[in-house]
Amino acid sequence: MEPLLALTIGVLVATSVYLMLARNVLRFIFGLILISNAANLTIFTAGRLTEGQPPLVPEGLDAPAVVVANALPQALVLTAIVIGFGLFAFALVLMFRAYSTLGTLYSEDMRLAEPREDRAS
Amino acid sequence: MNSIILLAGTRALSGLLLLFSLYMLLRGHNEPGGGFIGGLIGSTGFVLYAIACGAEDARRALRVPPQNIAMAGLGIALLAGLASVVFGDPLFTGQWLFIGGTKEEGGLPFSSILVFDIGVYLVVFGSVLTLVFAMEEEI
Amino acid sequence: MISWYLATPLVLPFLTAVLAFLLRWGRAGRWISVAGNVALLGAAAILMARVLEDGVIAGQMGQWAAPFGITLAADLLSAVMVVITAITALAVSVYALADVPKRAEHLGYHALFNVLIGGVCGAFLTGDLFNLYVWFEVMLISSFGLLVLGGRPEQIDGGVKYVTLNLISTILFLSGVGLLYGMTGTLNMADLAVTVPQLENQGLVTLIAVMFMIAFGVKAAVFPLFFWLPAAYHTPFFSVSAVFAGLLTKVGVYSLMRMFTLVFTGDTGFTHEILLWVAALTMLTGVLGAAAQNDIRKILSFHIVSQIGYMIMGLALYTPLALAGAVFYLVHHIIVKANLFLVGGVAERIAGSTDLGRIGGLYKTAPLLAVLFLIPAFSLAGFPPLSGFWAKYVLVAAAIEIEGWAIAAVALVVGLLTIYSMTKIWAEAFWKPHPDGTDPTLASLSAHDRRSLIWPIASLAALTLVIGFFPEPFVTFAERAAGQLLDPTAYIEAVLGGPAT
Repeated sequence: MEPLLALTIGVLVATSVYLMLARNVLRFIFGLILISNAANLTIFTAGRLTEGQPPLVPEGLDAPAVVVANALPQALVLTAIVIGFGLFAFALVLMFRAYSTLGTLYSEDMRLAEPREDRAS
Repeated sequence: MNSIILLAGTRALSGLLLLFSLYMLLRGHNEPGGGFIGGLIGSTGFVLYAIACGAEDARRALRVPPQNIAMAGLGIALLAGLASVVFGDPLFTGQWLFIGGTKEEGGLPFSSILVFDIGVYLVVFGSVLTLVFAMEEEI
Repeated sequence: MISWYLATPLVLPFLTAVLAFLLRWGRAGRWISVAGNVALLGAAAILMARVLEDGVIAGQMGQWAAPFGITLAADLLSAVMVVITAITALAVSVYALADVPKRAEHLGYHALFNVLIGGVCGAFLTGDLFNLYVWFEVMLISSFGLLVLGGRPEQIDGGVKYVTLNLISTILFLSGVGLLYGMTGTLNMADLAVTVPQLENQGLVTLIAVMFMIAFGVKAAVFPLFFWLPAAYHTPFFSVSAVFAGLLTKVGVYSLMRMFTLVFTGDTGFTHEILLWVAALTMLTGVLGAAAQNDIRKILSFHIVSQIGYMIMGLALYTPLALAGAVFYLVHHIIVKANLFLVGGVAERIAGSTDLGRIGGLYKTAPLLAVLFLIPAFSLAGFPPLSGFWAKYVLVAAAIEIEGWAIAAVALVVGLLTIYSMTKIWAEAFWKPHPDGTDPTLASLSAHDRRSLIWPIASLAALTLVIGFFPEPFVTFAERAAGQLLDPTAYIEAVLGGPAT
């Protein structure tokens, strides 16, 4: 399973880097969303994989009876997903606002905060 | 969106979703579920309403601004964590109270963890609705 | 009970934020913000007293023992950072009484501000790497909100760059956390300090160290990762600019210092060499970038970058004296930089702009403001006997001590160029007559505004003077803090309980 996940992570990162090289900031955000998923998968895989054993303690016991999945990376990934969800929702709204106030999605044309020297005068 | 099917469906579904979200919240005490997922499910009830009738109507139905719900939830979660100061434990140590008897006698357990979960429910519920309403009105 | 010393500086800002948000429609919100920050300063002072007395203290949240639960830990560096955060937060929250418009208050300015402060305190106090990530995100999301609050097109434009570049750093940080966890099975910093040197694959550790270096480097705005900073910091309200300038990049510097003295110390020949180059280039590019600007806030933004270089230089040299210099510099810089932005805000209020070509005459008409500008400005440039002089003196002495002539020369040259920028602001904004022929005076502000704008500036300037005239205790303190950083056994023992293995 690990090699498969490693390959998936690789493909995700490659795709997202391609997307992030675009000048269109919307594409850039899509790239970021993909690469954040790659990071989450990295954490998940780094916690070692077990098949079909949810980390639940059966009734009446104090510890799981068999080897179960590592619950910590799942908790970390869940936290990261939740945070990522909030950040990307904000980022998408911001991009929309940028499009409606600046009239462009191309980073080259976003020069309000840092006007070009040659055109400033 | 102007669709009779959606309107009729929303009328039946949004209440059901809210009820189910409460079930998920309370179930999370001992089994999979909890405040986060409950808050998400609860917010879908109002999101559906906002899609069917518009964000303005959904805001009116909610009565309280969703930002306030989220912030109040944060406050409740913090207070649940602060409850442990009374007992001299570190922040966020779970405190248990058994109503009508001790744990062995089968008293009804009530814990600061549940209060924390209710806080999380409100935070998620409020912040998702804040975002969705903002986007719905923007676009 | 010891854990409450650590938890209170985290809980207070969030409680303040909740109350300030729920009461944002009246005037109560802003006063709650001020009161909350007074309380935070008190809590920070108590924490500081405790750390001075007991050495490193640690607390396990929710009674989950380290390394499994979330640990909060404070050594001298953490404690002083929390104190300085509280001081800055208090000054800025008073300043905000006059600076932030009602509309922004209704949108939740005070709540966002206090959440930001909570995030900053959390980042300084946590002893867990993933928890540090969470605090970074808390800071990030509230800073996003603060940055675009007001919604002017320049703010949106700056916001896009700030958001995207910081998200990249976040994701790198997260990947680094994942890989480190995969190798060690722990994310508790003290536990990492024990387990990382025992790993067989030290090459991979160095690789992860570089990932962290880039992730924190973006936050700290070091060369070549600083572009988001001058693109965004001059756009929001002045109080927001000031707190960003003072605190946000310093969290990146603090994280670098923490990780590269506690965990990644296996291959200092490689990692700290990179840091030294980064430090030199950061200093130079920042100060040269500033020289090309013609707007008070843009000049100051570039100077943040160049000053970050000094702190990284202290970390990179990695001797007791150099680290002491870095700690001293951190403290001095937060006060001075936040203060300069606040002065810039007043200059804009009474003279109408921050563009140096369009203002002037402030020395003649507002001599008090001129004096209050001179103190932090000359301190930043390193004039004796102000705080910046001692900070630079310690760092340069540390460089000469280990015969790093080149880096010492860079530090001195950058100091000279800083004087150039500061005298440029002085000459243009304060000395030359106002181009419109008007006489901007402080009297044009209402008495209430004048009080809440000038008091924070004057207090921070007084603090600069105190550090400048009585540097002895501060340097001793910085040396003690540096000693703790270089010998982390006390930190590890405090967190993990029992002697370190």
